[in-house]
Amino acid sequence: MAHFDENAKPFSNKWLDERIGLNTLKRVLNTEYWIPKDINFLWAMGMVLAATFGILVISGIFLLMYYKPDADLAFDSVNYTIMSEVGFGWLWRHVHGVGASIVFLIIYIHMFTGIYYGSYKRGRELIWLSGMGLFVAFSAEAFSGYMLPWGQMSYWAGMVITNLFSGGSLEAYGLVEWIRGDYVPGDAYLTRFFMLHVLLIPLAIIGLIVLHFGTLRLPHVNNQEGAEIDFDEAASLWKAGKRKESKVIPFSPVFLSKDIFVMGVYFILFFYLVFYHFDFAMDPVNFDPANGLKTPAHIYPEWYFLWSYEILRPFSKDVGLIAFGIAQAAFVFLPFIDRSPNVAPAHKRGLFQIWFWVLLIDMIVLTAMGKLPPTDPTFAFIGLVSAILFLCMGPILVVITMFEKKIEKGA
Amino acid sequence: MRELKIFAIVAFFSLLTYYLVEPYAHHAMHMKVDKDGNEIKIESHGFTYDGTDDIAEAKRKGDDALVAKKEAFWSDVVVVSSMTGDTVAGEAVFANCLGCHSGANINMGGVVPPNLDHAGAIYDKNYLIALIKDPAMASNVDHKYADTSMHPMGSIKFTVTDNQQIADVVAYILEKKVGEVTAKEVFTEACVRCHAVRYAKMTQIGETPKFKHRKDALAHEIKVIEEQDRIKAYMGNLPPDLSMMIRARSSHFLETFVENPQSGLPGTSMPRVGLNQEGYEKVKEYLTEAGDPSKKAREELGPWVIGFFVIFTILAFLWKKSMWRDLH
Amino acid sequence: MEKERRDFMGLSLGLFTAAGSIGALYAMKRTWDPLPSVKAAGFTTIELANAKPNELVVEKWRGKPIFVLKKSADMEANDRDVIVGGDRFHISIGLCTHLGCIPAYEKDNHEFFCACHGGRFNASGINEPGLPPPSPLEIPPFKINGTQLVLGEEGPEYKKMKIDNLIA
Repeated sequence: MAHFDENAKPFSNKWLDERIGLNTLKRVLNTEYWIPKDINFLWAMGMVLAATFGILVISGIFLLMYYKPDADLAFDSVNYTIMSEVGFGWLWRHVHGVGASIVFLIIYIHMFTGIYYGSYKRGRELIWLSGMGLFVAFSAEAFSGYMLPWGQMSYWAGMVITNLFSGGSLEAYGLVEWIRGDYVPGDAYLTRFFMLHVLLIPLAIIGLIVLHFGTLRLPHVNNQEGAEIDFDEAASLWKAGKRKESKVIPFSPVFLSKDIFVMGVYFILFFYLVFYHFDFAMDPVNFDPANGLKTPAHIYPEWYFLWSYEILRPFSKDVGLIAFGIAQAAFVFLPFIDRSPNVAPAHKRGLFQIWFWVLLIDMIVLTAMGKLPPTDPTFAFIGLVSAILFLCMGPILVVITMFEKKIEKGA
Repeated sequence: MRELKIFAIVAFFSLLTYYLVEPYAHHAMHMKVDKDGNEIKIESHGFTYDGTDDIAEAKRKGDDALVAKKEAFWSDVVVVSSMTGDTVAGEAVFANCLGCHSGANINMGGVVPPNLDHAGAIYDKNYLIALIKDPAMASNVDHKYADTSMHPMGSIKFTVTDNQQIADVVAYILEKKVGEVTAKEVFTEACVRCHAVRYAKMTQIGETPKFKHRKDALAHEIKVIEEQDRIKAYMGNLPPDLSMMIRARSSHFLETFVENPQSGLPGTSMPRVGLNQEGYEKVKEYLTEAGDPSKKAREELGPWVIGFFVIFTILAFLWKKSMWRDLH
Repeated sequence: MEKERRDFMGLSLGLFTAAGSIGALYAMKRTWDPLPSVKAAGFTTIELANAKPNELVVEKWRGKPIFVLKKSADMEANDRDVIVGGDRFHISIGLCTHLGCIPAYEKDNHEFFCACHGGRFNASGINEPGLPPPSPLEIPPFKINGTQLVLGEEGPEYKKMKIDNLIA
């Protein structure tokens, strides 16, 4: 056994250091976790996401205290007990609902930041992959949570999305019933999605967050120019007090101070939405109780699923499902289909820059078309074209990046 | 500055997406168009009633006879509206009403006739005139009847026939059936015979009392179900519980719908209720209490929390500035 | 100088955040409070007019059993009795003051007997010395309303008992 100082006061710095390596932890995770100095506020989105996840967990805990996962009781436990009886119950629900929606805005910003600056390229593939894992887990978490108030949108979203698993012409209705535990979304369905929402998926998310942070530690975060930094050299400059000359800053407290400022701005927007503009996240239609005999006039997913929903919609059933499947998986392969040798922001990468903006706009168009009524021929046509364009974006990326010239750094 | 430029780009695309999926998509989704593809604008008329909507609807159907009928009916209403009513004579006419509108909570012809204790305070004058002239036409549900005198209140056409009589009884109602009225009273008089509000323990036969014994509670529940069955038979299906309606529909929808149910749900069997502005405000107040009771607390707390984060952000900015001062 | 400024700003931000989190903690505390519907259900009305002497009626109030015992003429009077319409009643929370079991009423010897640890109370709810229960059966807050008893509200009779230290 190692040596332990018998004079160290319990729970003092030294005492803790000897037992759990406190100083090492602080050094590795905070004071000597080096972040490039050349960054902008988009680099704070990771911590903003972590904070939002924390807010979702805390508000979720208080909702969990009064929520009843029972097809007969769920709606009233949310809309009556939580919204009007529980002290500040309405606050937790609004925070949870708005948080669940806005977290996807930040996820998309975070993701497109990564694409723009090439932060998925050699050495950082696992950051991207674990991030995509988080995206999938958050999507599942959002969907399962959307079931719980058991309103009309919950029920019919549950119906439609689980039906996707029938696999079109495969007609795997047995699988659909197995997922639901019933012929239609019912009590068994609600309780199992409740379990997924409050236990299994959050566990997966926490695990993936740890993995995501872990994958960052060695490759370090990217910087605005995609410059390769000698972190050892930069770190020794910092430690020698040459703050101006060093290209890096420690995560804590210097990087964090910027993060917290960005978080503050974000929270102003967040709570404005919570108190005054929550309808976009808490669809009014979902305040009608679930009714298995009446489909609402318009059904549509929450905004963050619209782009992939629109890729499904314009095609016939089987083609639609395949297109949808490809779209779901497409982003995962990004580190492997971008063949360019450059880690650089899009504006320095020629055709890639055009590709990036086309992708962004195409996804926004898909998102809009996903919500607009499909009965309008103009919207349906725009939807079809943007869906096909989206499916072509992968092969296009392979081609344009193969011919991308290597940028000479330091020129 | 570079960061502001990036922020502007992020904000632009976020707001664009928001605009497309919220205001724009919802407008496109709920837009109603006529045969020629022109948008039908649904607007509130400030809870006054002159048949504008009814006539426009008939025109859209292309039914000339119906248009003529509605125009004649509503111009007649305007004529009666300009007549001077005599409240003393009106009281005598009102005696005819009490046969059904006794406040006894008994279903007659499919529905419980509403209590008229505050009718003068909560209903519009033109609407009352129209209702007495022809209930089905006034409430814009004439499409349900081959002959509008088949309406449960249709016999009024034969009891109160003279325009002066109508002017008298309406003058009486507007003068005598008024007074301070609570949100709950308005809701009970105007809506409860068809709609329940379970979050306020309100059913079609009134507020549910507290029962000590399960047997009494069940007996009461059966009475409620029986009344609901009668309404179902009358209306075609059971009108929805309104507990969460204040959050389930936009305020624009609620206003225009209460003014003219046909505007929101063409073909619905729900009659126009004829509330005036004050009556509607009370109904809205009641529904808010039932479905969104935390609205006030929410609106009060909002500025504090947002204010907190504004100061938080200022402090965080100053801290960040001090941290980053000697870095460049 | 610069370091001081940094520390000062960090400290103000920290303190301000801590102040804000007190507000959040208050909201959390309120969420744990009993619901208004639970509190509203904290009142029970008991009709005493039909009670028969020496027959124990058990009612429920705030989830607890309530003993209502109309005393017969041969039963000893006590200051703890509730007098309604000239009749004496013993009213108490029917939970043994030892560890919370429900004692059974023995009609013949006018005693409550707790089977858990052998505690005994007389018909006025007074514990017999030398046995496990440390104190008499507790009297719930009540208010006399004609021939009815409203549990959960403190009427003058209850307040007097409280002053006289007779509640438990």
